[in-house]
Amino acid sequence: MAIVVNEETKLVISGLTGREGTFHGLRNRSYGTDVVAGVTPGKGGQDVEGIPVYDKVAEAIAERDANTSMIFVPARFAAAAITEAIDAGVHTVIAITEGIPVYDMLAVYWKARDAGVRLIGPNCPGVLSPGKSNVGIIPAHFFDPGAIGVVSKSGTLTYQIGNELKQAGTGNSSIVGIGGDPIVGSDFIDVLALFEEDDETELIVMVGEIGGDAEERAADFIAEHVSKPVVAYIAGFTAPPGKQMGHAGAIISGSSGTAEAKKEALEARGVRVGRSPTESAQLAVEAMRAIA
Amino acid sequence: MPSGTFTACSGLVVRLRGSSRIGGAVGVRWIGSRDLDLLEYQGKQLFAKHGVPVPDGRYADTVPAAVEAAEEVGYPCVIKAQVRIGKRGKAGGIKIANDSDEARSHAEAILGMEIRGFTVHEVWVERASRIDAEYYTSIILDRSEKKLLVMLSRMGGMDVEEMAETDPSGLIKRHIEPAEEFTAEAARQISIDARIDEDASDQVAELLVKLHDVALAEDATLIEINPLIVTSDRKVVALDSKMTIDNSALYRHEELSELRDRSAEDPQEQMAKEKGLTYVKLGGNIGILGNGAGLCMSTLDVVAQAGGKPANFLDAGGGAKADAIVAALEVITSDENVNAILFNIFGGITRCDEIAKGIIEASERIDLDVPLVVRLDGTNSEEGLRLLAEAELPDLHLEKTMLGAAERVVEIASG
Repeated sequence: MAIVVNEETKLVISGLTGREGTFHGLRNRSYGTDVVAGVTPGKGGQDVEGIPVYDKVAEAIAERDANTSMIFVPARFAAAAITEAIDAGVHTVIAITEGIPVYDMLAVYWKARDAGVRLIGPNCPGVLSPGKSNVGIIPAHFFDPGAIGVVSKSGTLTYQIGNELKQAGTGNSSIVGIGGDPIVGSDFIDVLALFEEDDETELIVMVGEIGGDAEERAADFIAEHVSKPVVAYIAGFTAPPGKQMGHAGAIISGSSGTAEAKKEALEARGVRVGRSPTESAQLAVEAMRAIA
Repeated sequence: MPSGTFTACSGLVVRLRGSSRIGGAVGVRWIGSRDLDLLEYQGKQLFAKHGVPVPDGRYADTVPAAVEAAEEVGYPCVIKAQVRIGKRGKAGGIKIANDSDEARSHAEAILGMEIRGFTVHEVWVERASRIDAEYYTSIILDRSEKKLLVMLSRMGGMDVEEMAETDPSGLIKRHIEPAEEFTAEAARQISIDARIDEDASDQVAELLVKLHDVALAEDATLIEINPLIVTSDRKVVALDSKMTIDNSALYRHEELSELRDRSAEDPQEQMAKEKGLTYVKLGGNIGILGNGAGLCMSTLDVVAQAGGKPANFLDAGGGAKADAIVAALEVITSDENVNAILFNIFGGITRCDEIAKGIIEASERIDLDVPLVVRLDGTNSEEGLRLLAEAELPDLHLEKTMLGAAERVVEIASG
């Protein structure tokens, strides 16, 4: 099973011919991901080390049965590329691109939702299901197959925790980087719901950070809808909050957005929160032993 | 765990808690956010561009220019400090002048004054308004709902947050549905529901529609007007402006990008900005460099837990090359308080050999007279560690784990 990406994933990469797109696209393929096509307008008919390139995502679907799209195009063209992938009919879009304007993402978010397409990111490291498929920039060798699902706002922190889990002899069903932008296609809640349904996942590690209220809303969701144990880590206890501009932000949220508030919200709902990535990994390993 | 454990900013946290959630909000961006907060006058200039009514005003950054501006707009006029912090009036940063002598003495008092850590370099001189009523309005991107939210209240002023809690019916909140246009009718309904004075209601509705235009056209994720006034001749006018512009969209707003370059407050932050680094000064003595915002914040936490005081937040970003590391070390060491530096790198997209090359290059190019604790893990870490070992740099300490490195740097910094 695993979530979001697995053996069934047939990947089309928008921006495959770019420097980063080529590097990571080939890395994904050498991991075993079924990379069926690339898309770069004007470069249809070329190939990147045997991966055929098309002008349009629709052609990649028609010719190569692509079902998942990865977005590696520059920020100012990324929203259009995501929209194209949604319209062409893939079921999942994973957007790695950083720096997409927030109002562009707002339109794309609702477009994906209305079309029933799962959107991960943008500004995220992607999704890895160890032993099955890797879509994005997560260095796969830090993770072994196993029963711990990881969902995270932060890339490098995820590698840090994943590596500690591996060293402790545990592994992962899937690692999902949701990204830390103001508007992301999938929130903690969306991914927690997938892990709850996933047979391979026995425990969930959630990695959050200061800002927004996604962790607090996840805490409420966990209390009501997640039966599997959840361990969390929150970064940013020492980070002073930015300057407050006006009152509007305070009015619309019941949460302070601080790391402390997030930790309290999670602990109040039975989620164990580690003080460091190392402690969170240890808590996860302990919880796995308790399950076994 | 008590917030006091985290020494670097516990004072700040306490202050925020003590002020009834002001600042404690979704609106608070974490320190790495690079979104651009406009000064009042910059926001008002954008208002004017989009037809949102504002009082006649002039910009000044010297006393003579302020007096000249006052003469131009006429008396009585208001001289307003331009700083990115609220409650300027209470701090003495807003004063009314009735003639040129008063304009001069107020400008002298305000220019150069400190308002809660912010030095006033600029003022906005504006024709004084006769005020019949003070309303509150804002448009903000609601991240949870993924929609724009319009708020309007007939009770403007400082206590709007408190009112939102004690008398929620006094504040109308309405989301704009993504698939729908924000029509004049919808705006009129908000105005009516907020019980805006009848003769001002249509003007307010018209202003809401224009604010929505401003938000989308200028990529503003927050616009707040407090107070939005009705003048004695019954005109609706924006007397203040708070606006935040999405950093990612600055490429399509050339004039606004230029403002960003002038917005730094601190010499190190200015230097980092010029080098394209995300750097925030924190006031301690342990310089920190990490890759990725999450790992970098986590490093601050772990150093604080080990009893140390981080001097800064510096995210080298994904895929940092040697040049970026040299630049980062230049910025960190330009802070005189720094007496030890921690590099915490977990390479994913970032290659540890590049980081190592950067450290070696920096040691040749700049005078690195502080001890360096380095933890390299992840992509190409063996190669990176080998390069560092071969370089035999003085006062370089290699650590295998993040916790070990944090403890070591704290020990060195306090020893």
